[in-house]
Amino acid sequence: MATATADQGHAGTGEHAHPPHLAHHFDSPEQQYQSGKLGMWAFLATELLMFGGLFCAYAVYRANHPEVFLYSHHYLDATWGGINTAVLIASSFTMAWGVRAAQLGQTGLLKVLMALTFLGGVGFMVIKGIEYQSKWKHHIFPGFYNAYNPSYFDKANKDAALQDAIDYRQSHISGHSAAGLPAEAVKDGAVDGGAGQGQTGKATVAAAQAAAATRDQLAGPTTRRGTMLVDPNAGTGDEAKMLPTFVQPVGLAVAQPKTSHAPPVELGDMNALSQSRINTFFGVYFVMTGLHGIHVIVGMGIIAWLFLTAGRYSPEYFTPVDLGGLYWHLVDLIWIFLFPLLYLIH
Amino acid sequence: MSAITPNQVIPVPQHPPGGNYLNHSRGIMSWLLTVDHKRIGIMYLIGVMASFALGGFFAVMLRTELFAPAPLFFSDKTKAWDFYNQMFSLHGAVMVFLFIIPAVPAILGNFVLPLQLGAKDVAFPRLNLMSFYCWIGGAIFFVFVLAGGIVNMMLPELKGSLAQFGLAWLIQPGLDTGWTFYTPYSSSKSASGVVPATLGAFILGFSSILTAVNFMATIHMLRPKNMGWFDMPLFLWALYGTALIQILATPVLAITLLLLAAERTLGVGIFDPALGGDPVLFQHFFWFYSHPAVYIMILPSMGIISEVIAVHSRKHIFGYTFIAFSSVAIALLGFLVWGHHMFVSGQSSLANAVFSLLTFSVAIPSAIKVFNWVSTLYKGDVRLSTAMIYALGFIVLFTFGGLTGLFLGAVATDVHLTATYFIVAHFHYVMVGSVLFALLAGFYHWWPKMFGVQTNVMWGNIAAAVVFIGFNLTFFIQFIAGSLGMPRRYATYPEKFTIFHEVSTIGAYVMAVGLILALGNLVHSLLRGTPAAANPWGGNSLEWHCASPPPHDNFAKTPETSDPYDYHRWEEQADGSWVQIPEDPQRSKTAH
Repeated sequence: MATATADQGHAGTGEHAHPPHLAHHFDSPEQQYQSGKLGMWAFLATELLMFGGLFCAYAVYRANHPEVFLYSHHYLDATWGGINTAVLIASSFTMAWGVRAAQLGQTGLLKVLMALTFLGGVGFMVIKGIEYQSKWKHHIFPGFYNAYNPSYFDKANKDAALQDAIDYRQSHISGHSAAGLPAEAVKDGAVDGGAGQGQTGKATVAAAQAAAATRDQLAGPTTRRGTMLVDPNAGTGDEAKMLPTFVQPVGLAVAQPKTSHAPPVELGDMNALSQSRINTFFGVYFVMTGLHGIHVIVGMGIIAWLFLTAGRYSPEYFTPVDLGGLYWHLVDLIWIFLFPLLYLIH
Repeated sequence: MSAITPNQVIPVPQHPPGGNYLNHSRGIMSWLLTVDHKRIGIMYLIGVMASFALGGFFAVMLRTELFAPAPLFFSDKTKAWDFYNQMFSLHGAVMVFLFIIPAVPAILGNFVLPLQLGAKDVAFPRLNLMSFYCWIGGAIFFVFVLAGGIVNMMLPELKGSLAQFGLAWLIQPGLDTGWTFYTPYSSSKSASGVVPATLGAFILGFSSILTAVNFMATIHMLRPKNMGWFDMPLFLWALYGTALIQILATPVLAITLLLLAAERTLGVGIFDPALGGDPVLFQHFFWFYSHPAVYIMILPSMGIISEVIAVHSRKHIFGYTFIAFSSVAIALLGFLVWGHHMFVSGQSSLANAVFSLLTFSVAIPSAIKVFNWVSTLYKGDVRLSTAMIYALGFIVLFTFGGLTGLFLGAVATDVHLTATYFIVAHFHYVMVGSVLFALLAGFYHWWPKMFGVQTNVMWGNIAAAVVFIGFNLTFFIQFIAGSLGMPRRYATYPEKFTIFHEVSTIGAYVMAVGLILALGNLVHSLLRGTPAAANPWGGNSLEWHCASPPPHDNFAKTPETSDPYDYHRWEEQADGSWVQIPEDPQRSKTAH
């Protein structure tokens, strides 16, 4: 009978002794490796799109309310951020070297490099912790814990908290003009010591609110359509109705000169509407850096696992190290975009 | 039929008698920890169809409430309307996130894709299992929200008394924002379980993404040597296009829901104007995913229809290349049209015009497919199997759904029709009339392969007719009600709309009966069905080249591939099964 007798298991294919790392549904280690790479890149695309949504929110808010960003970025210390950037780039270097070590079967070196990469992640999270901690202390945590939020959780002490936040920002600005090292540690002490006295008379809550009220009167009402400001003087023709008109957001009455030495935007330069948006900046900042931080922790978990399983990798099989490296490089890349967008606003 | 002697029949490779993936290993853990794509597909089948039943229950409840304008379930109007809000929100959320997005890819895609490639499994079997557990995790969150809703309804004071122990969060009172979670109601005003519902949808998103990554890698890397891209069955093109959308769109939903959850818990102020945010930004983010999501729903369904129409009319699919490219075109164009959900949101007229134009363009590839299916049927040897009946129903109902989408894509008419029952009817025609019908067609088509049993044709066809009648009774009249001004998501209405709602509710009951019959027929076949042949329909794609049910490792060695729509080498036997005969040079081929 012309039956094609079935192959029982792998005997018919003659591949009974296949490498232990080769899964049964793959024909060759090369196919398995290439599939893994493709899958990982597809997953990285999803991560890019997820952060892309956040970058889009950032872009929309910054385009519509540049004054809020010009005001708020002084709360961020570019020096700490810069150190974090250097740490992550260095850890990406040790990671890439680790992939090379795995390819060459250098297990000992691989373990060292994974440990160093892990330490880079630790360093990043420690610095992040320092930054977050100072923000917590000065009432500029996100959402309800932000003194600029109209629904600040501690109604009784809202004004004091807001004043403290304003003073902290002022000290940050002064600290940088003195060109010192991270202003956080130094200025914390100064502000704490000076609490209750406030800083310059300009930056008090009451003064800011009064200035905002004046701004509102000067600027006049604006009409909004969706997220686009409409110039009330644009005319009534069809063209005016059809095409969106970009006007200088009225939150900032005075256009900022485009130099890095421009005087910082002050609270009093903004109308009440923009002031209520300052807490949105912090929402964006904390969600972006927080979500990134979660990804760093996940990456650290992966690196720890690679460290523990380092003995498995050889020139024949180093796929997990390669894919873990891809993930870590993406985490690094996202930070490289986050850092200038949040910390280096001018 | 020429006389075929037994020697000339090419038999399907046999494994040990009775050895298939179902009895390959025993015990619950062999299922819960399986990495076999077929078993994972079956587990998805159970979970997803259970969710369908749950979502259907909510639908019956809300249609019952709407039978008359006066409140039905509660005498107190506020309680009644609040309950109604919960019903339509949970109906939508459960159906969209737990049922319709996963259904075709996770059940039929998982089962059939590796078989159609002649492969032993998907590229990442363990990731496949993780996708399943992500689905379970998301489902748990929804069940938690639902349970909280029920408890809160029966014991309204419990949440307050738990608050003193800091445990008020244990009772999450359902969902009343609509499945679309529009802000600022969802971010600031609603007291329902928005956070766990969004977290549940977030986890379900991972299930979707990981399945997509798996399918994309499998189609790229695990095709046999002589199966190029244009030698694949069209179901695989459809799954590939779907995977593209899932990978690119789902993460945007993930971040949107994360931001919404952060806004509700921490007050970050991205979407609520009172906190400095922008509510229309939520709509942009939400619809940037949710429009491509509807293509995640329809594309694999169209893939099923391509398979079923071709096999059950014994004719090579017409316009293979056009259908393949249309699948990718729909996937890509679908990303450009989200603004058509926001024509009245206050965005500029320029944006409206651009989105409207793009919406019209995305209809074109879908129409191309419909023409190709009809051309395939033309002069084909049409067999009215249950699968084919559902496929024919799909063509009719998808045409209605698609054409009514054009009314909605034109800004001027959309301004009148938006937020009315016209919209409700439109999306039910494409989601139920099309996706559900295609899913049922796929079930009836592949059930013999999956379980090795034949379904009862008479009851299957009766059920299909009842579902078709019930569906149209429910939803056709809603087009009219909507154009006359009946708003959607309203728990009550003026007297003049009563007849519309009465008809629609009766239709819903008829459809429910039909669906119970249709699904019951499938279950009955598992208990009492006659054993099925390896190839009950005479298809030529590779899944029909292994036994029914398939063995654990699908194919001992990769089968020979040929044009999946070339049926001339399959001969029908007296008992209705099909066997493969050797190539005969004298034999004339059927038209391609």
